[in-house]
Amino acid sequence: MESDLAQFLHPGNLRLIGVSFLTTASLSFLGCTIGFLAGFGLALMRHPRIIPFAPARWLAIIYTETFRRIPFLVKLMVVFFAFQFAGLNVSMFTVAVTTVALSAAAFASENVRAGLESIHNNQWDAAETLNMGGFTALRRVILPQAWPVMIPPSMTYSVGLVKSTSIASQIGLFELTYAARIMSGKGISAALAYGSILILYFVLCYSLNRFAAWLEIRLATSRHRQTQRQL
Amino acid sequence: MPHLVIDKLSASYDKTPVLRDVDLSVERGDIVCIIGPSGSGKSTLLRVLVGLLKPSAGSVSVAGQKINYDSAQALKEVRDRFAVVFQQYNLFQNMTALRNVTIAPTIVKKRARSEVDQEARALLTKVGLGDKFKSYPDELSGGQQQRVAIARALALKPEVLLLDEVTSALDPELVGEVLDTIRVLAEDGMTMILVSHEMGFVREIARKVVFMADGKIVEVGTPDQIFNAPKTERTKEFISRILSH
Repeated sequence: MESDLAQFLHPGNLRLIGVSFLTTASLSFLGCTIGFLAGFGLALMRHPRIIPFAPARWLAIIYTETFRRIPFLVKLMVVFFAFQFAGLNVSMFTVAVTTVALSAAAFASENVRAGLESIHNNQWDAAETLNMGGFTALRRVILPQAWPVMIPPSMTYSVGLVKSTSIASQIGLFELTYAARIMSGKGISAALAYGSILILYFVLCYSLNRFAAWLEIRLATSRHRQTQRQL
Repeated sequence: MPHLVIDKLSASYDKTPVLRDVDLSVERGDIVCIIGPSGSGKSTLLRVLVGLLKPSAGSVSVAGQKINYDSAQALKEVRDRFAVVFQQYNLFQNMTALRNVTIAPTIVKKRARSEVDQEARALLTKVGLGDKFKSYPDELSGGQQQRVAIARALALKPEVLLLDEVTSALDPELVGEVLDTIRVLAEDGMTMILVSHEMGFVREIARKVVFMADGKIVEVGTPDQIFNAPKTERTKEFISRILSH
C-alpha cells in the first residue's frame, strides 16, 4: 500500500495527472465556449423577430435537431473520420474540441431559444413600436430578462459535457480518464487512480456550478441582483 | 386636410380577414374612440397603423403622404409619428419606470441622457408618478404601470397617440387614475385614437365615435349620435346591450 502511494506521489505521475487535468479542463472550456457562442448564433437564426429569413431558420433547426440526438461517442468518431476524409491532419485535441463544440452548440441553441421564447411577445412589440431594431431590443430588453432562463440548463449541460470528455480517451486523447487507465496499468491501485480523477472531475464541475451561480447574479436585472444577494 | 386618412384598409391574420375596407379620417387634435364587440378588429386597426401587422390592401396617409408599410424607413417614420399604449402596458420588466421612459429617446433617438432624464421626470410627474422613478414594473400597480406606459409613449413626442383598451386589464378602482391622465392629454390637444370599453368615458371625451363590427366600420358619428340616435340596427343592438348593464 505504501509503495502504491509512493508511486502515485512520484513527480512523474503527478505531472501526468496535472497535464491530463489541464487537457480535460481546456477541452471542456474551449468546447463549451465555442459551442455556446455557436448555439447562440443558431438560436438567433431561429428567431423570426431577429433574423426573419426562413432558410436560416430551417438550417438552424436541422442542425440542432440532428446533433442533439447523436451519442457523444458516435459524434466523436464522425468528427475523427471527417477530418481524416478531408485530408486534414489535426491533433486528437482538435477532434475532441470540435466534438464538444458541436454538441454544446446544439444544446445551447435549444436553451437560448427557450430563453428567448420565455419573454412575452409584447416586449418585442413594445420595442418595435419604439423603433428599436431587432438587435437593440435583443440586447437591451430581451436578453437581460432571458438570461435567468438560459443559464441554469446550459450549465447543467456543460457539466454533462465535462463528464462526456472522458469518452475522448477512446480516440487516444490524453485526458483525465486516460491518465487513470495508465496509472492503474502501471500498478497503482484502481481506488487511488480513479479516486484521484473522481476528485478532479468534481473540482472541475463544482467550479462550473459556482461560475454559473455567479453569472446568474451578474446578469440578473439590478433589482433581482439585490434580492439574490440577500438570500 | 385631415391629418390621418385611412382608405379601404384591410388586413388578415394568416388567411382570416380581420379588417375589411376600413375608411377613417382623423384631424389634428381629434379624439377618436373606437368601440365595438370583441374580435371586431379595433385593436387590429391600431396594430396595422403602427406596422405590427401588414395591411393586405388599402392605404394609410399621414399629412398627405401615403405610408409604405413594406419600407423599413417608412415604418420608422410612422412609428415616430404614432405612439401606441397597449392593453397589457408592455413595460420593459428589466428597467425602472424612469428607464422605460428614457430608453427610446436615448438609445433610438440618440438624445443626451441628462436632457431626456429631465423630460422623463416631468412626464412621470405629470401622470402622477413623481415618486416612482426608481420602481420596477412589478413593484407598481396595473394603473401605475399603465401610466408609465403612457409617459413612455409621450416621451417620443408623437403626433398621434394610440391607446389600445388601456383600462381593460385594470382593477375597477385603478381605471379612474388612467382615465384622468388621458383627460389631461385631451386638454393639451393631443391627437388620440382610443379603443375603449369605458362607454361613459368615451361619451365624455370623444369628438368622434367609431363603431366597428366584424372587421368593418359600421357607423361613425358624434358621441351623441352614436349613443342616442344610432342609425344602423347593429349599432343600436350593441349600444342597448352595453347600456343595459
